[in-house]
Amino acid sequence: MILNEKQQMLRKLYRDFAENEFTDELLDRLEETGEFDWDIFNEMAKYGFLGIKAPVEYGGQGGDSMDYVLMVEEFSRVSPVLSLYANTSNSLGSGPLLFCGTEEQKQKYLTPVAKGEKIMVFCLTEPGAGSDAGGTLTTAVEDGDYFVLNGRKTFVSGAPVADYAVVYAKTDPTQRGSRGISMFIVDLKLPGVSLGKPEHKMGIIGYPTCDVILEDVRVHKSDLLGPKDRGFATAMKTLDGGRLGVAAQALGMAQGAYEEALRYSKERKQFGRPIKDFQAISFMLADMATEIEAARELIYSTAEKKDAGDPEASKLCAMAKYFASEMANRVAYKAVQIFGGYGYIKEYKVEKFYRDARITSIYEGTSQVQQMVIAGNILR
Amino acid sequence: MKYIVCVKQVPNTSGKVAVKEDGTMDRSKMATIINPDDLNAVEAALALRDENPDAKVIVISMGPPPAKGMLHELLAMGADEAVLVSGREFGGSDTFATSQILAGAIAHIGLDKDDIVFCGRQAIDGDTAQVGPQIAEKLGLPQVSYAADIQQKDGTLMVKRMLEDGYMTIEVETPCLLTCIKELNKPRYMTVRGVLEFDQKPLTVFDFETLKDEPLIELDTIGLKGSPTNVYKSFSPPAKGEGVRVEATADGIRGMVEDLCEKHIV
Repeated sequence: MILNEKQQMLRKLYRDFAENEFTDELLDRLEETGEFDWDIFNEMAKYGFLGIKAPVEYGGQGGDSMDYVLMVEEFSRVSPVLSLYANTSNSLGSGPLLFCGTEEQKQKYLTPVAKGEKIMVFCLTEPGAGSDAGGTLTTAVEDGDYFVLNGRKTFVSGAPVADYAVVYAKTDPTQRGSRGISMFIVDLKLPGVSLGKPEHKMGIIGYPTCDVILEDVRVHKSDLLGPKDRGFATAMKTLDGGRLGVAAQALGMAQGAYEEALRYSKERKQFGRPIKDFQAISFMLADMATEIEAARELIYSTAEKKDAGDPEASKLCAMAKYFASEMANRVAYKAVQIFGGYGYIKEYKVEKFYRDARITSIYEGTSQVQQMVIAGNILR
Repeated sequence: MKYIVCVKQVPNTSGKVAVKEDGTMDRSKMATIINPDDLNAVEAALALRDENPDAKVIVISMGPPPAKGMLHELLAMGADEAVLVSGREFGGSDTFATSQILAGAIAHIGLDKDDIVFCGRQAIDGDTAQVGPQIAEKLGLPQVSYAADIQQKDGTLMVKRMLEDGYMTIEVETPCLLTCIKELNKPRYMTVRGVLEFDQKPLTVFDFETLKDEPLIELDTIGLKGSPTNVYKSFSPPAKGEGVRVEATADGIRGMVEDLCEKHIV
């Protein structure tokens, strides 16, 4: 796909920002401490990166999915974990508000999130409800002007640094499966909200993840998001956009790993020649470049179709995530292989790309869930 | 209040240099960037504008129509208006003719009491550092070159002027012209909204017709005819020879130290 002038300018902006601001020192610090870096987050806020798709009247930039995808790709090319910093607020955090927030809710929550003044995270997964999100056990019971929430949400990306969460809870236990689920905006400072310990993860270290525990949390009815008992549809719609973001993240890290391997193949000499001269290596590079390009075209065209309201968009988002995340794993594997022993050493960037790639085929719907979505669409 | 910033599009130094048969650079074959020092000048103007929201930042460049792309980026960074000075009559200008044209264009925009003209210290392609000072001379403006700090108050500026081994602090009245160096600031990036909305800001093209009534602009003061200097020859310098490998032995190191002493490096 040929980018128009504005898209090219955005790509330049994102690339310049990532290459200059995501310094090795910062990336090492994230890896060592696992802690959220507020300085880079605030810097991202200053340039509008946290509200790409939010409308201008709610503090956003008024951009589209393509503008957003380009950012995630370019950020992830340098640092997959820092692409997440900008991803959450644009995607899972603000998505439900954009789809079904009232004017008051948008003013109150979307505006500060889009400006980067507040962080909103997404609480869907539970210990017993992962791929089967319909198995939600968290409950919300009406009590006067309030709903009382009880339950435990798990693997909540960004929860330790968040101000608010979108929480899915069962409001009608008589309805089975994904029905009878509602969405709530929960202020994480409310009495009864507590957080689990930050998880020790394989990759994307530096963006903390933990459980959110709700014990008799009283949420005002004005914070019910969207129609009661019908929250699951919004969750799925939000996840369409989220999947496109993860696909772009996978694409970016694959590009980053490929560029590292390409450079190294020209420097590293074995048997008296640069290893790029061996077909075994050059064919791996050819495969990597081809798969990356295929993913890129799929992601870009999906972004455009999604914004155009194409009825196929949901299926295409699943395809983009499925293909790009599996591709990123294959590419990262080959990048480590080309680096040989050095690729197994933490000082080399491909080691981190390899670990980071692993999450992309798991979160926001595993590859197998994407296959279910795709199959469900084509066999309808 | 206006802050006028002169900017130049230059070849990207990380790319290859293309030279035409006549010895001049083939700019159409080279990737371009905004001259780095000019970005510091733009940032200086934007920072002052942030303090004085009534002020306007106008970026101005002389060059062929593709230079609009660079001006778009500057609008996306936050400049309020852009002017491209472009026309066949202006082609082939050396620094003298370029400054003549830019001075004419700035005169055409008009300078008021509080206005400041900003330039980068020098462009990385020609490295002359002449255009800024020449514009000041031709407009009869006071000038401070090598600005490393700028404070504005009550119609005067306090400018820290960097020298090789120290700095001068100079008070200067506006309107004036400053040439900026990289120590002055860290240029900001474009913003997302700036990119999405740059085309809502004015970008005006000044051609010869626009400027022909300015006293500085005559057909024999601009373009090739107005240029007292000509490029005689340009070439890529020969690549450096291979390095010398020094054995890590007492003799090897002694030899290396002797070589370095001979070349007055140590």
